[in-house]
Amino acid sequence: MTNLEKKFAELKSANRKGIIIYITAGAPDVETSIRAVLEAEKNGADVIEIGIPFSDPMADGPVILKSSTAAIRNGMTVAGVLEVVKKIREKSQIPIVAMGYINNLLSYGFEKFVADSKSVGMDGVILPDVPHEESEVMRKICAEKDFHLMEFLTPLTTPERMKETCSSANGFIYGVSNTGVTGVKKIDFSKINSVIEKAREFTKTPMAVGFGIGGTESAIDAAEAADAIIIGSAVVSRLMDGRFDDAMKFVSDIRQALDKKYS
Amino acid sequence: MINVAEKTGKGRFGVYGGQYVPELAMHALIELEEAYEKFHNDPEFLAEFKKYLREYAGRPSNLYFAEKLTRHYGRAKIFLKREDLLHTGAHKINNALGQALLAKRMGKSKVVAETGAGQHGVATATVAALFDMECHIFMGKEDTERQKLNVFRMKLLGAEVVPVTSGTATLKDATSEAIRFWASNITDTYYVIGSAVGPHPYPLMVRDFQKVIGEEVRQQSMEKLGRLPNYLVACIGGGSNSIGLFHDFMKNPEIKKFGVEGGGIDDSKNARSLSGTGRPGILHGAYSYLLQTPDGQVIEAYSISAGLDYPGIGPEHSYFKDTGAATYDFVTDAEAIAGFQLLSKTEGIIPAMESSHAIAYLEKLMPKTREDEIVVVCLSGRGDKDVAHVAKYLGENIE
Repeated sequence: MTNLEKKFAELKSANRKGIIIYITAGAPDVETSIRAVLEAEKNGADVIEIGIPFSDPMADGPVILKSSTAAIRNGMTVAGVLEVVKKIREKSQIPIVAMGYINNLLSYGFEKFVADSKSVGMDGVILPDVPHEESEVMRKICAEKDFHLMEFLTPLTTPERMKETCSSANGFIYGVSNTGVTGVKKIDFSKINSVIEKAREFTKTPMAVGFGIGGTESAIDAAEAADAIIIGSAVVSRLMDGRFDDAMKFVSDIRQALDKKYS
Repeated sequence: MINVAEKTGKGRFGVYGGQYVPELAMHALIELEEAYEKFHNDPEFLAEFKKYLREYAGRPSNLYFAEKLTRHYGRAKIFLKREDLLHTGAHKINNALGQALLAKRMGKSKVVAETGAGQHGVATATVAALFDMECHIFMGKEDTERQKLNVFRMKLLGAEVVPVTSGTATLKDATSEAIRFWASNITDTYYVIGSAVGPHPYPLMVRDFQKVIGEEVRQQSMEKLGRLPNYLVACIGGGSNSIGLFHDFMKNPEIKKFGVEGGGIDDSKNARSLSGTGRPGILHGAYSYLLQTPDGQVIEAYSISAGLDYPGIGPEHSYFKDTGAATYDFVTDAEAIAGFQLLSKTEGIIPAMESSHAIAYLEKLMPKTREDEIVVVCLSGRGDKDVAHVAKYLGENIE
């Protein structure tokens, strides 16, 4: 069992909703991104999604585009992200998965990335520009190393496709809340919630919903059917604006709101 | 070590191509694949496409014997495929018409497109006006300033032009923004890609809508000369006019095919994905040659021609490069300007800066040819849009 799987099992037996926080490694600077991970854990984060910055992140909105550009300017690379995780591991055992675009990992070598990630204590990877159709070989490599490669659901996922993606799901399934890119905007979560309900017929893999969670209200809506929620832009924008404490308060507010509503 | 991106099969040219897009876009790609599968051989669809190509775009375009240019080199006969004479002034209209007709059949009410120089944006805005569709064009902020005339043309045609300031504010960022807009409005929006790039089925589809160029060349060459050409030359940014010219001749390996990339200023500032330091990678949905750093960050391409400065390349061209089915080379900005001037003076034809690269390549190619041979150059667009830029380059003030 990986750290990530243990965490989801714990959450389930405690009857709590999980919080996954996305942080771009190296933005606004390396030190702050490491501190943000450690503090986010103290404020209620259960899992960290550590962002590998790419020059052309087409699934991301303006906030993460900006943090990625800043991180690249700060010299962040795939190897640098692994170093960041190593540093975090000196102080915390919070489950960490990477979130990165495939081109950076191709340059690094996908197998090497999986092996090296595993050895620094990462549990999996989210590849936003690799749909199920293209991931067969990657899934095999990850499975051999007991490393999770996350599958996706969207409000438009058909039951046929769901059956296919759920059959190879592990770690958690990333439920994309809206028809768009990452970022904070008003979203009707009922669509993804019903897709998630449906997907539970095909898999026992935990489900997390992300995209567009900007406050406690949307966090509560997003968590309704899911096991966890994923927050990126709302935290990253505060970090990028130099509002570190505000970012952490945001995490702890969400924690309290979810515990109050669902526990 | 395994290269996890190298695959063969559906949507691949050799190992290149594929569908590297966010899950949300997969829904739209599957829908598009099904629609394209249904219509690309449908006689009614093809008849309508042909009708618009003929009546609206002005096809067939001439295969013009450039007698003075031929005399200038004193070698093979040079023919120009006059895509510059089409409505809106470039080959881009072929693809825009095809895709808009498909979008209409799919019941989409909005189209979105990216544009570099503005030619594809203008072509898309044109067909959107013709078919009553809402049109959003994403264009790098820098390009909107370099190409003010085309921005105004798009506005006149009723399109909304969105200047893109993210990243490097050029074509690659405009493409990412167009994809983002598409992903956000996927149910009623059709994404008109302007070149033979992007995820499957786009490279295949764009090729099919552009292959008329080569088919006409074959027919016209047989009618005029009773034989086929020996050499085909086209400029290459993403690779749509070149693939359009080459495709019908792929069954003739004896005919030599040249794709000419934007050589820019020097070895570090150029758009040479295939003829320079590019190596295979993934950008905008496809595995193909790409200008990138050792870490896999995309490098901004540069060329004097806004239509050529794209860091990627169509996946089929990557395949042709590896197999040797076509040759990829480059000419620099300065050489392209000389080509621009040469064609203007010898033939009275002002070519687009993009097409000027193909013309300029004749300096390298012609000395190797014989008088009894035939060279066909795709004159992909006309140069009106570039006149101000060229004047500035040559130090003339026409403001």
